[in-house]
Amino acid sequence: MLDIKDLQASVEEKQILKGLNLEVKLGEVHAIMGPNGSGKSTLSQVLAGNQAYEVNGGTVTFNGQDLLDMSIEDRAREGVFLAFQYPVEIPGVSNLQFLRTAINNIRQHRGEGEINAAEFMKQAKAKIQQVNLDPSFLKRGVNEGFSGGEKKRNEIMQMLMLEPSLAILDETDSGLDIDALRVVADGVNALRSPDRAVVMVTHYQRLLDYIVPDYVHVLAGGKIIKSGGKELALELEEKGYGWLGLEDNAESEA
Amino acid sequence: MSESDKEVKELIKREYEHGFVTEIESETFEPGLNEDVIRRLSAKKNEPEWMLEWRLQAYKVWQEMEDPEWAHVNFPKIDYNDIAYYSAPKSKDDGPKSLDEVDPELLKTYEKLGIPLHERARLAGVAVDAVFDSVSVTTTFKDKLTEAGVIFCPISEAVHKHPELIKKYLGSVVPQKDNYYAALNSAVFSDGSFVYIPKGVRCPLELSTYFRINEAKTGQFERTLIIAEERSHVSYLEGCTAPMRDENQLHAAVVELVAMDDAEIKYSTVQNWYPGDEEGRGGIYNFVTKRGACIGKNSKISWTQVETGSAITWKYPSCVLRGEGSVGEFYSVALTNNAQQADTGTKMIHIGKNTKSTIISKGISAGKSDSSYRGLVKIAPTAESSRNYTQCDSLLIGDKCGAHTFPYIENKNKSAIVEHEATTSKVSDDQLFLCQQRGIDAEQAVSMIVNGFCKEVFKELPMEFAVEATKLLEVSLEGSVG
Repeated sequence: MLDIKDLQASVEEKQILKGLNLEVKLGEVHAIMGPNGSGKSTLSQVLAGNQAYEVNGGTVTFNGQDLLDMSIEDRAREGVFLAFQYPVEIPGVSNLQFLRTAINNIRQHRGEGEINAAEFMKQAKAKIQQVNLDPSFLKRGVNEGFSGGEKKRNEIMQMLMLEPSLAILDETDSGLDIDALRVVADGVNALRSPDRAVVMVTHYQRLLDYIVPDYVHVLAGGKIIKSGGKELALELEEKGYGWLGLEDNAESEA
Repeated sequence: MSESDKEVKELIKREYEHGFVTEIESETFEPGLNEDVIRRLSAKKNEPEWMLEWRLQAYKVWQEMEDPEWAHVNFPKIDYNDIAYYSAPKSKDDGPKSLDEVDPELLKTYEKLGIPLHERARLAGVAVDAVFDSVSVTTTFKDKLTEAGVIFCPISEAVHKHPELIKKYLGSVVPQKDNYYAALNSAVFSDGSFVYIPKGVRCPLELSTYFRINEAKTGQFERTLIIAEERSHVSYLEGCTAPMRDENQLHAAVVELVAMDDAEIKYSTVQNWYPGDEEGRGGIYNFVTKRGACIGKNSKISWTQVETGSAITWKYPSCVLRGEGSVGEFYSVALTNNAQQADTGTKMIHIGKNTKSTIISKGISAGKSDSSYRGLVKIAPTAESSRNYTQCDSLLIGDKCGAHTFPYIENKNKSAIVEHEATTSKVSDDQLFLCQQRGIDAEQAVSMIVNGFCKEVFKELPMEFAVEATKLLEVSLEGSVG
């Protein structure tokens, strides 16, 4: 469903992705690991269409369409979802209103009518409980005054509501305690199905204990330098990125 | 040009919805202002001698005044002799006695504006006084209001039918010499609404005036007076629109509110005068004086305004809190786009003991517009244990607009508590990206974010107005994303 060929991208004139190749098929879960500054977040931002990044080479095909040629909202409407590393707040716009607007846009894109209000409420209540947040969060402004963990859960809640065909998680696990990590993992696992795919970008192996990937890729210097099965993550955990001749500057991230 | 830029350009070209002109034969004075014009205006309305005297006195006061220059707005000097001071649709005799006599063109105009005046199509629960240029066209639901003892009529009619009330209260809150535009209005005011709510009456309907400027080169100078007797309650709505023209037109209104013991007046405005084009050509100069006097104990006056129109807005709905325990409120959303300028805010004058005031102001600037909040909180030595809370937030869209805050606080009583909070924020690229990533396009996202920002004010608006205000913001914001 997703085919990335020789992708090159820069931000503020600094070349980050330098010829990245990746193929993701329906039903698969891919983990992209790598040291900081390797281009992990750039990859997720570019796929979602963040205009702060400039694509200067390569192609991305999504379900047979040229993804890079699509607007941000059309990518989303076609089923691309990005769970943000740092979700922003939108004061005064309730989660409910936000989700309903999003869902109706996606439905309209598919030629469907607006979602039934009662059905929507039922789903929203179920999904907010699924990520262990109090239903009162539905009426609060999007991420307004939420803690870091609550914001991440809210991202997963949105993902569950929008039911994307391609979910990209941008270091969703960073800064989470073990309970929140479980909630996130449960959410992603619940979404796993033969007609969806998940791309998880993460620095740590920890998340992969809960969401077992089909493939693990190591991203370094803007390219994927090694791919393997889930055991690759364990090997990385044991030997560190230094094992691949890479410098891990994780400390500087904190 | 990127795709989004192109969309923006197209959206900007979208026209002001109410910009049409009604082709109607009207009687309009030649432009110019002098004593004779005032005499003719007064004669047109068959006014009693005392009313004419009052106007002439105001004209004298005005001539000795200078136009104010302290506001944070720029515009060429107005030539007051280039404005016509009276324009009215021609009618068979003095005025239509019933709707059947009203020119069908006029009825069509109001229907087009979404204000049907016909009995069967009227807005449920809202009585409307429709003011077209210098005259009131009709007032709906008169019978139902009369039954409750409420007087709701054009002020020109009140001058004849209720002279004792007019003599007593006209200019009692906003004196002739209050400011330049108020003096001008006192001399040449054409029409407007008069409301009187007797003791203990809760007005059974929302009262509403819809102001429409139609004729070119005219000014609109309406005057509104609302008196709420003891324990009465009234909610009043005001809406305004004008055709699109390349010249600027002046709108200098005066609104006076009087609240007695335990009375409550809620005054809501949705102002959508023609704002001019994207280059700043044309549009209405909206220079308005609105003030309420809380004379009685525990009385309450609440101003809610949504200001999206006009080339320039200069307006400070205020409360004079004289009665012990009286309450003043000001909830405002002022949105400027393209080349619009707004200098708006409020004055809360605390005189009585235990008086309270709340100011919530939301300023939104887009395009290359400029928006200022100007507010005065004054606590007199007599205002023991008074309180004010002010919250003043600005939201910027894009990087060519400006937002300014000018708060003035004068506290002369140590027991009073005055709080002021102010924030300035921007609709950030990250917020837009989040919305777009969830399938919501940029236009919708901005309008959603702005609505969220204005929520505290919108919840103060009467239901029908809240919906209209939300829609209005959407239209006014079109093309603001670049």
